[in-house]
Amino acid sequence: MIIINPKTLALGALVGVVASTAMAHGYQAGSLSIQHPWTRETAPAQAVGGGFLTIANNGDREDRLLSGTTPAAAEVQLHTMTMHGGVMRMRQVTGGIAIPAHGKAELKPGGFHIMFMGLKRQFRQGDRIPVTLRFQHAGNVTVQFAVQPVGSTGPMEGGHGGH
Amino acid sequence: MSRSGLARLRGALWVVAGVAVLIGLAMAFDRAHPTGEPASEYARAFGGPFTLTAQDGSTVTEKTLAGKPYAIFFGFTRCPDVCPTSLARMARLRKQLGADGMKFNIVFVSVDPGHDKPADLGNYVALFGTPIIGLTGTDAQIEQIKKGYGVFSAKVPQPGGDYTIDHTAAIYLMTAKGEFSGTIDHQESDQAALAKLRRLIA
Repeated sequence: MIIINPKTLALGALVGVVASTAMAHGYQAGSLSIQHPWTRETAPAQAVGGGFLTIANNGDREDRLLSGTTPAAAEVQLHTMTMHGGVMRMRQVTGGIAIPAHGKAELKPGGFHIMFMGLKRQFRQGDRIPVTLRFQHAGNVTVQFAVQPVGSTGPMEGGHGGH
Repeated sequence: MSRSGLARLRGALWVVAGVAVLIGLAMAFDRAHPTGEPASEYARAFGGPFTLTAQDGSTVTEKTLAGKPYAIFFGFTRCPDVCPTSLARMARLRKQLGADGMKFNIVFVSVDPGHDKPADLGNYVALFGTPIIGLTGTDAQIEQIKKGYGVFSAKVPQPGGDYTIDHTAAIYLMTAKGEFSGTIDHQESDQAALAKLRRLIA
């Protein structure tokens, strides 16, 4: 039995409004809200690209990002990056990335990220790359990754990705 | 003035003297700091001879680069995270230096010579909107420069037959004479990095 607190409801409505204006680039799937998926432009014949996004979980149980697919790449993998003694190490994540109940998972440069392996085309600034993400509970969610300049270190504010 | 007042004054003077000594020591330490005037051992800690191929097919050695300071670091074009971040950061720092930005070269060396051919490297570094020298070579040539710079890299097989490469992410700053001047760390602020670059090109 889920009891909806009116205060939570009001907050939810407020977030909805904010999401539709400032965060034009967000998705809702059950208790998950996916914000600003973005990737970097690539060079011709570049084989891989990294994907970044924030997934917030407003629900009472943990969910997990398990995998993904996209027509733009042969494979979508989940990776983590660590720095030890000045050495960068990248590893494929097994078992998915947890999105804790009432918490969030941030996929960003320097940590967890999505790897698009075997790119089928060049990512150009302003493009949107459709990616279907698969979650343990929320199921499949298709989002658009905004292609940003290669120098980006975070998501650009809603709608400016293509300018 | 009472005796206790005098004692307080004397105490205060000692504190002032102590602070002055500390400031003096700090200034002396700062001057002796390796980035100011590198001791020869320090200057030779990283670097040394190498022979590699640039994106235009030309041969580049440590002698080719001499005459202008340079920031040199290692990576590969299939690296999705730290490499584009470092390259973009160097491009941004150069821009922030204004007219002085072109007083040093940015050099990117591939640790994936089997995959990164000169043309691939050229296409890759061209994304960053500023002149960057992209270098690759034979396995032996890459091993030589890695050894000179104390760079670690290792190919790590991935499920599905692919691979990634663990590698040292530091940016090495070299003087116009090819002497080591310091590093820019992945995590330090742009401000600190800019101060180092200004010292490098001064």
